[in-house]
Amino acid sequence: MPPLQLSPINSSKPSYIPIPILIITLSILCLLQQNLFLLYFSPFSSKHQTQKAWLQQTAKKRKQLEKEAMGVGLKMTMKGGGGDHVGGCDKEKMGFEETELRLGLPGGGGGGGDGEVVRKRGFSETVDLKLNLSSKQDTSGIDPNDEKVKGLHQEKNLLLSAIDPAKPPAKAQVVGWPPVRSFRKNMLATTTQKSSSEESGEKAALVKVSMDGAPYLRKVDLRMYTSYHQLSDALAKMFSSFTIGNCGSQGMKDFMNESKLMDLLNGSDYVPTYEDKDGDWMLVGDVPWEMFVESCKRLRIMKGTEAIGLAPKAVEKCKKRS
Amino acid sequence: MNYFPDEVLEHVFDFITSHKDRNSVSLVCKSWYKIERCSRQRVFIGNCYSISPERLIARFPGLKSLTLKGKPHFADFNLVPHDWGGFVYPWIKALAKSRIGLEELRLKRMVVSDESLELLSKSFVNFKSLVLVSCEGFTTDGLAAIAANCRFLRELDLQENEVDDHRGHWLSCFPESCTSLISLNFACLRGEVNLGALERLVSRSPNLKSLRLNRAVPLDTLQKLLMRAPQLVDLGIGSYVHDPFSEVYNKLKIAIQRCKSIRSLSGFLEVAPHCMSAIYPICGNLTFLNLSYAPGLHGNKLMKLIQHCRKLQRLWILDCIGDKGLGVVALTCKELQELRVFPSDPFGAGNAAVTEEGLVLVSAGCPKLNSLLYFCQQMTNAALITVAKNCPNFIRFRLCILDPIKPDPVTNQPLDEGFGAIVQSCKGLKRLSLSGLLTDQVFLYIGMYAEQLEMLSIAFAADSDKGMLYVLNGCKKLRKLEIRDCPFGDAALLEDVGKYETMRSLWMSSCEVTLGGCKSVAEKMPSLNVEIIDECEQMEFNLVDKQKVDKMYLYRTLVGHRKDAPEYVLIL
Repeated sequence: MPPLQLSPINSSKPSYIPIPILIITLSILCLLQQNLFLLYFSPFSSKHQTQKAWLQQTAKKRKQLEKEAMGVGLKMTMKGGGGDHVGGCDKEKMGFEETELRLGLPGGGGGGGDGEVVRKRGFSETVDLKLNLSSKQDTSGIDPNDEKVKGLHQEKNLLLSAIDPAKPPAKAQVVGWPPVRSFRKNMLATTTQKSSSEESGEKAALVKVSMDGAPYLRKVDLRMYTSYHQLSDALAKMFSSFTIGNCGSQGMKDFMNESKLMDLLNGSDYVPTYEDKDGDWMLVGDVPWEMFVESCKRLRIMKGTEAIGLAPKAVEKCKKRS
Repeated sequence: MNYFPDEVLEHVFDFITSHKDRNSVSLVCKSWYKIERCSRQRVFIGNCYSISPERLIARFPGLKSLTLKGKPHFADFNLVPHDWGGFVYPWIKALAKSRIGLEELRLKRMVVSDESLELLSKSFVNFKSLVLVSCEGFTTDGLAAIAANCRFLRELDLQENEVDDHRGHWLSCFPESCTSLISLNFACLRGEVNLGALERLVSRSPNLKSLRLNRAVPLDTLQKLLMRAPQLVDLGIGSYVHDPFSEVYNKLKIAIQRCKSIRSLSGFLEVAPHCMSAIYPICGNLTFLNLSYAPGLHGNKLMKLIQHCRKLQRLWILDCIGDKGLGVVALTCKELQELRVFPSDPFGAGNAAVTEEGLVLVSAGCPKLNSLLYFCQQMTNAALITVAKNCPNFIRFRLCILDPIKPDPVTNQPLDEGFGAIVQSCKGLKRLSLSGLLTDQVFLYIGMYAEQLEMLSIAFAADSDKGMLYVLNGCKKLRKLEIRDCPFGDAALLEDVGKYETMRSLWMSSCEVTLGGCKSVAEKMPSLNVEIIDECEQMEFNLVDKQKVDKMYLYRTLVGHRKDAPEYVLIL
């Protein structure tokens, strides 16, 4: 995981951005990156605990800096940084990509330089961009096409919901207002705590998607979609990149262009299947969407012939993967 | 008046059940007073410090059912310190010593110790019913004593109490011979319960009509309980989380369908929204639905559930239902009489999901609406005027705008006209709670029109003493007045001190009344207890009359100063 490259970004900055603001915003990024890293990769601390600690540490700082950096500074930084990253890393990516999971969208905006953190961000932006699904509101009129910014804001919103400066908690400080019985307050607090800790575990229902013949797998967050149709659109677009890029294996790839893929996915040549909680491989589309999201562990877009079971390899492959 | 022998009068009085009517009957003449007091079985005491247990026992030797209320209403919102008072022990002790055959005890906002519960359980052979609402001070050990010793217990109803849950086996303390249970509600307990004991208890209670479970009771136990008690009328579900494809869930569906008598449903303390379809078969008969502790249920799933509930009369819900959801309620629940919309974010971070639109929709669709508790983001005068026109039958109207001084967002005016329309249109209004930006004008309207008003709650309102004066002069039937953070001072307080004797109580906190003013009231009215609650103990050092009083609670009483007040309560 290459560390955040400060100098290349700096050198590409437009000259009218004041350096102090730049440094401040970059330090926010660093903080975010570090803490997101902790959040997603620390095996022994719950997301909530590290979130809480982090929030407590940086709340004030963030408030001030957000106000300063929110508008132009942040946007410009992100744009500049993002662009550079994509530019710099794209080419690298294709090279050693086979084993690593990367989001290599040709549309840009999915910089791999920052490692896992940006990958996460990049992913959600990607999906968002392509499928126009928004999870959080856009704040302060930042260009919605600015993918990195949107991703960053999503992360921020997720993590800052408790101390969002846009919603001052001042009103909550009045004793006894709103007039709700303490019993009720405590009950609701426990219930939301429990459900949010359950939800946050499933908040991003990331599942691996493999397509027969594709050189590497992808990951999708099922919670980004609300129907099978949206998912199949997304998958089609995701795997259509194989025709544009020149990576991956030969042969079958020639057949995979976007529209054909859609047809294939809907038709009988390619069958979308998924592995459920019990380890069984099921056909996508049988159960209601929400049930599918809860039970799906991974997706596999199988070749029709394999799905029917004519090729004994399919069974083996299935077993290998499950 | 003496044409009839006493027995006949007694028989006639048996048909008079309302407390007010019986009180009136007792005032007619001495013989009626005597007959009435000997035949009275149910007594309601709205303020436990207004009378002593000894006098109660002396007057009503035939007492079987006692209802007591302790702390003032604002204690619910942390405005009254915990040990302020409201102890039930002296009452139980006195009743135990006497020959009263107590069968029913209903307590609200009182401090109940394990000791009192134990004494209660051992002192009254025929004790049948214990109802505790918003009480505190006891643990599951006290419940164990009740379970073990009350051989003919029919009702154990715990509503929203703060119980210290020792996770003891209180449920197992019900003896095998106990088969008389009609109502069991332990939804407020936070700890584990002995599920086996619960199942056995329900199995041997053929008269069980009301069962409300706590969070610790899982779905498979619920299914077993429902199979054993298909006669239930009131069900409170604890945990409702399960895999919709599991065997247990299928069994549950079957069990629920057998429960054709369920009219009241509550709980869902943990809920998996995609399992709600099992409930649909009983929704059509529901008259009361309480989903106010189920924040996990919202959006389409919630609306779909409500669409099945065509006979609903009372609905308690969280504001995550949204204005849209309230529209669904308006279309579906034509019999609706009571609506309570609670904030799903009770810490008031200011994001209520309902506005005036939802209320207008409900008022238009549900003409029978007579009781409302509504926490919302905002309210407009126009909406209130429309609501007043649509629903002239309001008995209780409690509106809470989360920002307590928010004006009408459309016109930027105070909400005087809106509330004025409500009191003018709803001639039977008995209880009113105000919020939003309000001037003295609204109190003028209240004084003029709210003739039946018995309870009024005011917060962050008014401009001057005139507001309070309008109310005190105008509302002849006023019994409880509670005020916080209003600019009412001594002038308003002292204008008509005799009025307070006609009321149960007056609460004023963070107002402009001074110690001198309060002393004056106490001097003029010896039949009132004027309590100054001063947690910061400023009064000790600074007993100056001009000092503003932070919290004042005064109430009429026949027994003078209470002896159990803590140090920071000064009784003048």
